[in-house]
Amino acid sequence: MSEPLKFTYDINGENFSSAGEASMQIKKELRTLGFDPETIRRVSIAMYEGEINMVIHAGGGVAEVFVYPEKIEMLLTDHGPGIADIALAMQEGYSTAPDTIRSIGFGAGMGLPNMKKYTDEMSIESELGKGTKVFMRVDVK
Amino acid sequence: MGTYNHSVLLDVEKCKGCTTCLKRCPTEAIRIRDGHAQINANRCIDCGECIRMCPHKAKKAVSDKLSVLKKYKYTIALPAPSLYGQFDNLDDIDYLLQGLLDYGFDDVFEVACAAEIVSGYSRRYMRRKDILKPVISSACPVINRLIALRYPLLIDNLMPILPPVDVAASLARKNALEKHPELKSEDIGVCFISPCPAKVSYLKEEIARGEGDVDCVVSAGDIYFAVLSKMERKLTPVPVSRTGMIGVSWAAGGGEATALFNDRYLAADGIENVIRVLDNVDNGTLPNLEFIELNACDGGCVGGVMNVANPFIAKARLQSIRRYLPVSQNWSFFDDSPDDTSVPGDMLQGNEIQYQPEEVPGGMSEAFKRRAAIQQIAERLPQLDCGSCGAPTCLAFAEDIVNGEATEDECIVKMRDRIRELLKGEEKA
Repeated sequence: MSEPLKFTYDINGENFSSAGEASMQIKKELRTLGFDPETIRRVSIAMYEGEINMVIHAGGGVAEVFVYPEKIEMLLTDHGPGIADIALAMQEGYSTAPDTIRSIGFGAGMGLPNMKKYTDEMSIESELGKGTKVFMRVDVK
Repeated sequence: MGTYNHSVLLDVEKCKGCTTCLKRCPTEAIRIRDGHAQINANRCIDCGECIRMCPHKAKKAVSDKLSVLKKYKYTIALPAPSLYGQFDNLDDIDYLLQGLLDYGFDDVFEVACAAEIVSGYSRRYMRRKDILKPVISSACPVINRLIALRYPLLIDNLMPILPPVDVAASLARKNALEKHPELKSEDIGVCFISPCPAKVSYLKEEIARGEGDVDCVVSAGDIYFAVLSKMERKLTPVPVSRTGMIGVSWAAGGGEATALFNDRYLAADGIENVIRVLDNVDNGTLPNLEFIELNACDGGCVGGVMNVANPFIAKARLQSIRRYLPVSQNWSFFDDSPDDTSVPGDMLQGNEIQYQPEEVPGGMSEAFKRRAAIQQIAERLPQLDCGSCGAPTCLAFAEDIVNGEATEDECIVKMRDRIRELLKGEEKA
């Protein structure tokens, strides 16, 4: 199918407790469309980590999800500080999250590695001071 | 799934077609059609929220009438632990159990006693190294249905041990047959006294499949009024209660979890809270927990809609009942070593819960077309989620339109706009 279904979610950067909303919404959509549980899980974890990142580091952003029968693509766009060293950021355990964030159980440096682990493709474009775009693709197995 | 028999009934005369239940249904199972509420059986999880919320008392929980007991030669009452909290100044459970016998039951078997046995085996099960954590309680049938419909990846986390009511029923029947060899199994009527419609549905399903040992289910409210007049409390009752603090505590949220003697647990009650917790477990965003107890009703089983007492008052009463009880009266089942993890086969659930998502008619390609059409329609709708069209949200309304169950002109907000336009047109003319 050429025309994907598109879902757009605003990620509110001011409200920590609402992080995860988009992940839950997309999970519900995929369930209704009849996707298998494993695909739904991979999408929702990747999406959740992405959302949390946008809330912690970038003050929110926009998540666009393109759903095809054979794949799900996610594009997360924020206008935060950008990532200085993408390779370093991709390392497990590396985090620039402040102590306040760590104290509530986030910032373990697993966000980006997890996003890579649960998706079939992931790429990051980032410009310091401008923002970050993260693209992820999950193929239906 | 469509064949699941629910225990929520609508009194059409009383239903005003207001949107209270529509807006409160956690699974969006209700629509207002032709001025009355209708429940989609495929989505209903028997949580009882619509019964609780209906301002016109138009929704009722269905159960067997007390007259059902006449069908049996020998009847056994199975009071749920929450029943103990319904009576004022009940400082001794034996008064209630005696009341049930005086009402006409031939025997009583406390579900609270079975709950202590279930707790014992659950402690053993929790010691296993090869199980998925957190283990999620499976005693509330609403949770099981919710997980089967929405959380396929959590099915394997469910506690596989039978809920106390099934254990109680089986032990009650066995005891009766031993005590009265002259009785045949079909002479015995094992009667559960239920706090909620979810347990009614669950047990009716079992009965329909010819499984389990429960024969009939009556409501706690009916029993309350029937037994109240029999409970004179003049004579000291025969001490028959076989329940300790653990069994009684199962009546309220957190009771099942605390009985595991493991502080890495979370207990949530109230259907909205439960859904939030399940979403978090599903996302893997909960701290390290060993056990999650979930109850659909506020306060736990004391909050069931078939009860008569305010759940919080009932809970307070249970505290005074518990005061002089031992921790458990069913230790003897478990004089085992601390590394025993065995659970006998007859304590395990026979029917494993399976993922039962809503059907996707026409497969995925149809679902995509429908979703695209829904999105298109939803964009034209006011996004007020007012419920006047009979659907809980504009999105649900769009879905109904695409499914051919509603038409777009049923949106009164759009209609108002059209009338304004018409009036404007007339003014100009």
